[in-house]
Amino acid sequence: MTVVASHTIPVIPRGVRLHADKVRSRWVLLAPERTIDLDPIGLAILQEVDGLRTFSQIVAGLAVKYEAPVDQISGDVGEFLAGLADRRIVELT
Amino acid sequence: MTARPTVPAPIAMLAELTYRCPLSCPYCSNPVEMAKKEAELDTEAWADVFAQAARLGVLQLHLSGGEPASRRDLVALVAAARTAGLYTNLITSAIGLTQRRLKELETAGLDHVQLSLQGTDADMADRIGGYKGGFDRKMQAAHWIVEAGFPLTLNAVVHRQNLHQLPQAIEMAVAMKARRMEVAIVQFHGWAMLNRKTLMPTAEQATEASRIVQEARSRLKGTLVIDYVPADYHSDYPKRCMGGWGTTGLNVTPDGLVLPCHAAQTIPTLEFDNVRDKPLADIWYNGTAFNAYRGEDWMQEPCKSCDRRKLDFGGCRCQAMAIAGQAAATDPVCVKSPVHGKMVELAQAFSQDETGELVYRKSP
Repeated sequence: MTVVASHTIPVIPRGVRLHADKVRSRWVLLAPERTIDLDPIGLAILQEVDGLRTFSQIVAGLAVKYEAPVDQISGDVGEFLAGLADRRIVELT
Repeated sequence: MTARPTVPAPIAMLAELTYRCPLSCPYCSNPVEMAKKEAELDTEAWADVFAQAARLGVLQLHLSGGEPASRRDLVALVAAARTAGLYTNLITSAIGLTQRRLKELETAGLDHVQLSLQGTDADMADRIGGYKGGFDRKMQAAHWIVEAGFPLTLNAVVHRQNLHQLPQAIEMAVAMKARRMEVAIVQFHGWAMLNRKTLMPTAEQATEASRIVQEARSRLKGTLVIDYVPADYHSDYPKRCMGGWGTTGLNVTPDGLVLPCHAAQTIPTLEFDNVRDKPLADIWYNGTAFNAYRGEDWMQEPCKSCDRRKLDFGGCRCQAMAIAGQAAATDPVCVKSPVHGKMVELAQAFSQDETGELVYRKSP
């Protein structure tokens, strides 16, 4: 799997968007031919992806917000974003 | 209308906006008998269907046909779909799309374009599409689509005539910067049923296609995502048709019939409701066609006691109808089907038959 470097800027590309699925009371990521069910952690990560901040800035922000060690957050966020990048749903620039 | 607890809301809707199409592909999944232009739902009726679909729980809308660009109101339809909150995907040959129209579609909020590929050069593509000059027009439009920045999926429909071009098709997808590709070996419904002699791949081709796709998937990981529909007749287990009948998706025809799958009209015992007569939610939850093959009560042996029934739901009802003669039978692709042997013989015979001529789809 792709490894996310600290200076990488993750981007949600055109054609992919967060959507509040009111019928099923959940958040989803809508992408070409894909609907990805987001748990609260996935949603929290994607809400930080603004196309401006680097991976390490996103991790640092989440570590403060959730009062968790940077190493643990870094692993979770990296795995999540790399998985989406392999499927061309998130771009790592 | 109250949702029945056992029936999930649909995720995806295929809206066949029109049966008109400049191409005449001999594997078209449209029915052999097609509704005429005069019978098509108008702009307002489609906009209402999209709004109903979103309220019902549909998230993904696929605008298809025929050729959806043959609808003069395509931009208005895309705008209506986005207003309803739907993820909007245009499934097109791109013939008839101009730079100006693409700009309008972009402004209307079109999310994604899925471009069909009949062959990797003009000789093949124009012969399969039955339209001279079509390939050049498609390539021009493809350039505009990419230039406009639309996320693109290239959809290569492959069969005995063009399977040798699969590696080039994959390279084309990469060159076009497509994020996704669909490699679909022709499924035999609609017009393709009339062309089994000419389109059925050989068993060797089917195996080779799987190998090529597997190799490309690992080589292009992170660059191109490939979805693959293998050669059905040569498989040992059936496809998960529609992800389960009446569980995931629905299809609306140009004249407003609501179908559980695009080929469902080949099952003569089913009756279909029309969005002109009933609310979409009522049709989804209570329509007789949708309830005909929901759950497992309709199943026969060997499906009824088979562990795989949770995986593939007994396969494709339309194929069971076409080959086994009854829609509730086990899909004959399955090795456990009593008529699987017939399927193997058909696949073998069709794939070796050199006598067939292409039967082209005729527009209504």
